[in-house]
Amino acid sequence: MELLSGGEILIRALKDAGVKNVWGYPGGAALHIYDALYRQDDVYHLLVRHEQAAVHAADGFSRATGEVGTALVTSGPGATNAITGIATAYMDSIPMVVISGQVPLTKIGQDAFQETDMVGVSRPIVKHSFLVTRTEDIAGTIAKAYFIAASGRPGPVVVDIPKDVTDPSHKVPYSYPADVKMRSYQPTDKGHRGQIKRAVKTLIGAKRPVIYAGGGVVIDNASDQLTELAQALNFPVTNTLMGLGCYPGTDRQYLGMLGMHGTFEANTAMHHADVIFAIGARFDDRVTNDLEKFCPHATIIHVDVDPTSVSKNIEAHIPIVGTCTSVLTEMLAINKELKSKPDVDAIAQWWAQLDQWRLDKGIYTASRYEESSGNCIKPQDVIKMLYKVTGGEAIVTSDVGQHQMFAAQYYLFDKPRTWINSGGLGTMGFGLPAAMGCQLAFPDKDVACVTGEGSIQMNIQELSTCSQHNLPVKIINLNNAALGMVRQWQDMNYSSRYSESVYEDSLPDFVKLTESYGHVGMKITHIDELEEKMRECFAMKDRVVFMDIDVDRSEHVYPMQMPGGSMRDLWLNKTERT
Amino acid sequence: MKRIISILLENESGALSRVVGLFSQRGYNIDTLTVAPTDDDTLSRLTLTTQGDDHMAEQIVKQLHKLIDTIKVVDLTVGSHIERELMLVKIKAVDHDIRIELKSCVEIFRGHIIDVTPSTYTVQLAGDSDKLDAFIEAVREMGIMEVVRSGISGISRGEKFLRV
Ligand SMILES: Cc1ncc(C[n+]2csc(CCOP(=O)(O)OP(=O)(O)O)c2C)c(N)n1
Ligand SMILES: [Mg+2]
Repeated sequence: MELLSGGEILIRALKDAGVKNVWGYPGGAALHIYDALYRQDDVYHLLVRHEQAAVHAADGFSRATGEVGTALVTSGPGATNAITGIATAYMDSIPMVVISGQVPLTKIGQDAFQETDMVGVSRPIVKHSFLVTRTEDIAGTIAKAYFIAASGRPGPVVVDIPKDVTDPSHKVPYSYPADVKMRSYQPTDKGHRGQIKRAVKTLIGAKRPVIYAGGGVVIDNASDQLTELAQALNFPVTNTLMGLGCYPGTDRQYLGMLGMHGTFEANTAMHHADVIFAIGARFDDRVTNDLEKFCPHATIIHVDVDPTSVSKNIEAHIPIVGTCTSVLTEMLAINKELKSKPDVDAIAQWWAQLDQWRLDKGIYTASRYEESSGNCIKPQDVIKMLYKVTGGEAIVTSDVGQHQMFAAQYYLFDKPRTWINSGGLGTMGFGLPAAMGCQLAFPDKDVACVTGEGSIQMNIQELSTCSQHNLPVKIINLNNAALGMVRQWQDMNYSSRYSESVYEDSLPDFVKLTESYGHVGMKITHIDELEEKMRECFAMKDRVVFMDIDVDRSEHVYPMQMPGGSMRDLWLNKTERT
Repeated sequence: MKRIISILLENESGALSRVVGLFSQRGYNIDTLTVAPTDDDTLSRLTLTTQGDDHMAEQIVKQLHKLIDTIKVVDLTVGSHIERELMLVKIKAVDHDIRIELKSCVEIFRGHIIDVTPSTYTVQLAGDSDKLDAFIEAVREMGIMEVVRSGISGISRGEKFLRV
């Protein structure tokens, strides 16, 4: 058997785990590993400018492809810089392995230079973690880490490796396990057959059904099955912020996003529904509004791979624990076998009602905000233009704030894994590095990062990474000269006292800043130049382009649920409510 | 309501801190906690008690199960079960009358005096928590110097057992 050092074993194990790219940043405790990386060509390493970005980039790569993302950082500050990225992935159930160097075993516990208890610090935000204490254990641990990250409800796994475990002078035989078996971890796959049958029958009996589909459908690649079922039944579908794209956004049966900034028709339909089919969604507080007032008439069917999500916030009448794909596949088969069909008249009546709601107050049947004119560019119009210019075919990443909600509302995602955002943790600074991950995965696709002048500055140093690794992402900066979402809350709840949500005159010249990194910068201040400039931007296939677009500073995101209300209690604009 | 939850866990470093961390992270309290390897030393048996309604207990069991190191979890309180706790109490026993009274109290509670000095008695007592509480009340006046309780261990009655 071949004798390898710990560093070499790690890299070889990554290769055997199917890893092609690693995002990372070196440092003392990881140097043996970095030396092993240097001496091979199987695993490609991308040097970032901040470890948080390494993790977000690995995360973006994973969200766009479904593969497990990989990040590599050093001990101490390298490890703690990775924490926000790990928490982001954890909240959205993204499969990822984060490898951190650690001080030598002999120094652990001595407050050694750059020592942080990474397993301890990351514990509440990982699916699992390992401290590797023997060179012989590296390959097996890596195999387990990738298995755990990708299976069941996916999530980030940390592998912390002390420096002496990767010592080049200590060589041991290499072998990668053919398959991973763990007696303590056997994730559920198939749901309970009887429950699934009950669910199908309940759906068929529904008169006012809504399908409420979340990120689980995207993660489990179950969009086709979901779409087939929804269309076979002719039921309306709403997606969560994380689920956008899992049902085609341009389809007639799509009601738009639900929740805090969801559409009037989706939120109202949920409120009046008699059956809610929740799949890969978790009744998050940004969806349900006040739990006491949540959907008073609904029988709830809840499918999720994670038993702890089921009946956590809302009691499910028909709970089903299983993967979205396996459960939907079974539901499709059962639906074909069953003789009974949905009540066509009732469903037609329900559609008449839904269409009326759309027509009255929907954001897709009419423009519910003042049009852009002259130098007043509406952020919504920028997103609509982005949709038009990219033909709805771009991968869109976003940061966090108003721009994120506008992107979610006005870019209609027809396919899963094309809308990439930090929904659970809401991490400003996610957008640009995530876009790098997407661009690496799909070099020929348009990748647009919709951001704000606040968020982009949280990881703007990554413009340098884009140069080094040739990642020609497009940055669409909705510049409202403020932490817009904060300002919106201050307008609504604090009599417009803008406590620390404005920058005075401190914003950089984004065009010059971008140019200094060797990229293309554009400033747009007039609505008439938007389309042409944006077309120019996307025509530059091999360049990073930063479009700094001045948008209406006073705009708010609507609809918006009223705190303490039911799902249908919404502000529709600054003065009108339901 | 009091819950006794038993867990069979991989005897791995970090496994216990994940269990304990889960409780603080999710806002549950741990009232008592005992843990030790089983006859199979790759496994730890952990028993903890907490307070909670059915919904909370169900969540706790599910969350514990979700930990990668967890092999089995049961809420012993749902079935018939036996619970035991061990207690060591050091009591000031200088006065002759108190020594007599204490001895008879220990006998009534079926405890043992396991250490004696001219001024102290150390008593060992096993039983359910109510019995231990009652003993403490009975001897409180005599002058308790120190109380050590092991926390509750539990096992289900009859044929049911928790094993890999
Ligand atoms: C790391 C981090 N810090 C703080 C927040 C709170 N926060 C949410 S939205 C927002 C404002 C974002 O401003 P900007 O990026 O300019 O977007 P806009 O809302 O103006 O479109 C803030 C501060 C956050 N989500 N993430
Ligand atoms: Mg802003």
